[in-house]
Amino acid sequence: MGRKTERIEKKMVKKKKFKKEILVGWDEKAVKDIANESYVQTIFRRFCHHHLAVISLAVLALLVAAALLAPVIAPYDPDEIVGTFSGAPCREFWLGTDQIGRDVLSRLLYAMRISLLVGVMATLISTVIGVVLGLIAGYFGKGADMIIMRFTDMVMSFPYILLVLVAAAVFKPGLWNIILILGFVDWPGIARLVRGNVLNLRETNFIKGNIVAGMPLGHILFSEILPNTVAPILVYATSVLALSMLDEAALSFLGQGVQPPTASLGNMLNGAQSLTVLTKQPWLWIPPGLLIILLVMSINFIGDALRDALDPNSRG
Amino acid sequence: MPHLLEVQGLTTVFAGDYGKNISVDHIDFHVDKGEVVCIVGESGCGKSVTSLSIMGLLRKDGAVMNGSVLFDGKNLLSMTEKELDQVRGNEITMIFQDPLTSLNPVFTVGNQIVESIRRHMHLSKEDAKMRAEQLLLKVGMPDARGTMRKYPHTLSGGMRQRVMIAMALSCNPKLLIADEPTTALDVTIQAQIMKLLKELQEETGMSMILITHDIGLVASTADRVLVMYAGQIIEEAPVKELFENPKHPYTRALLDTVPTIRDSADRQLISIPGMVPESYDDRTGCRFADRCKYRRPECDNPQKDYGFGVNHKAKCVVMKEGGIML
Repeated sequence: MGRKTERIEKKMVKKKKFKKEILVGWDEKAVKDIANESYVQTIFRRFCHHHLAVISLAVLALLVAAALLAPVIAPYDPDEIVGTFSGAPCREFWLGTDQIGRDVLSRLLYAMRISLLVGVMATLISTVIGVVLGLIAGYFGKGADMIIMRFTDMVMSFPYILLVLVAAAVFKPGLWNIILILGFVDWPGIARLVRGNVLNLRETNFIKGNIVAGMPLGHILFSEILPNTVAPILVYATSVLALSMLDEAALSFLGQGVQPPTASLGNMLNGAQSLTVLTKQPWLWIPPGLLIILLVMSINFIGDALRDALDPNSRG
Repeated sequence: MPHLLEVQGLTTVFAGDYGKNISVDHIDFHVDKGEVVCIVGESGCGKSVTSLSIMGLLRKDGAVMNGSVLFDGKNLLSMTEKELDQVRGNEITMIFQDPLTSLNPVFTVGNQIVESIRRHMHLSKEDAKMRAEQLLLKVGMPDARGTMRKYPHTLSGGMRQRVMIAMALSCNPKLLIADEPTTALDVTIQAQIMKLLKELQEETGMSMILITHDIGLVASTADRVLVMYAGQIIEEAPVKELFENPKHPYTRALLDTVPTIRDSADRQLISIPGMVPESYDDRTGCRFADRCKYRRPECDNPQKDYGFGVNHKAKCVVMKEGGIML
């Protein structure tokens, strides 16, 4: 020992390699920052690792802002006939006009509002139903579990589109009916997810500890168990959001969704059912189609990133 | 003086694949105020089930068939969940085996302690925070204020168990049930935690039931010891008496398994041959008989508690008749 290693060390330091190597990946300030940050900051930092998700978030924010500001930024009234029939895009009408002379751009902005509203509300409804049923089934088990899960299976195994179409036919198609129908159809996945998580959590010591500490049932269910399943719920909810927007588009395309003259991305695509529109008037269906793709994709990417960012047990 | 906790004829049954499994079979014991009672025994002999039965925490497939648990004169077993919630946390609390899963991973440590304090003591948020910090200091957390803001996964097992102890103490319970509180920890931390528990118990004057399979822990902590085997309490004695003068062959065997510092170098570690029988419901005689080297025909008759001096009882007919030469 001693002289030889010393000499080698000196050489290394001289070459400035040694010191650098030790410090690689160990930025003192960064480590301190990480130790002191709050949970929200941690989530944000992890989220930012996913570049695609950050871009998606920006795109989504832009689209949502455009939808919210539609009354301000839309150049024309979406339901008013302002131009020629099926006019191609020009300086006056950036995206052209539809078959009866309404401005496509204005309709698009308003349609996005409707589609987002349908997506968000349907997701909210189905999440609330799914979470409550999942919590009850998972925590109480036995009969409650049995009944709820069989009911879930039933809803899940029912031909989905058929159910929606029948419901839409029975309850007259319309904006809120669509929201309610989609909300009542999308919950089984969430209920199953929550139930599975609760089954695991129920047996953990901290839940027993809470019972021992005399915490009331409501507190245990909603303040202890629920926060532990928020991450998967949120991730699943993003996919439900995307799916219900797609479903709305599909329903409206079939004429059972949002009824004209109210514009939705789906019923704007409706025009593409005719061959002339499909081949000769692409401005009528490409923009709403693109918007649907953009919205759904960005929501899905965000959901993916959230899954990684929200897990409290993962590090980094 | 009435006992703080009195368990009479407690019998707990689990639904098994082939009918009922009696896990705890007619056990009687009591805990006085300020007393530390240890329950020792091998894995699977019903120690934890006893504590879970007392707390009303049995899983859905288990149930108390018989007996009563009197705490301060009130029967815990006949209480509704709501009434139980008043007792649990306020007057009886519990520490679990595995500190790694005893804290909710999505909340900070401070958050969880404050929550439990506020539930039971009706303090303002600021006062509860102060108390939480004091508690953390009391259980020997070096940086109490910093720890308050940490998430459980950033703490080591020993630290988490300290946090659990702080939480358990948050509302000055009269009785603390510690179910193998140090099993998941290494030996040095184990010693620290046990010392801490003992100190806090003496300081607050609460009673404690310590459940363990480590007979070494018993010697340093307990006032009185219950030895459990196959769902029964087979021996009960003050700690000194038990170590000096064990009566039941099983207790002797347990004591023999502990290596001591005075052992000669070539001493072999002794183990008790055989295992705790898996189902022991249909045995009428002594349940340890199959593994016992002093077995006699009388052992197959039903055993009862025989007295051996003050407060010392054991379920062994052979010992009572003075039949064993040591």
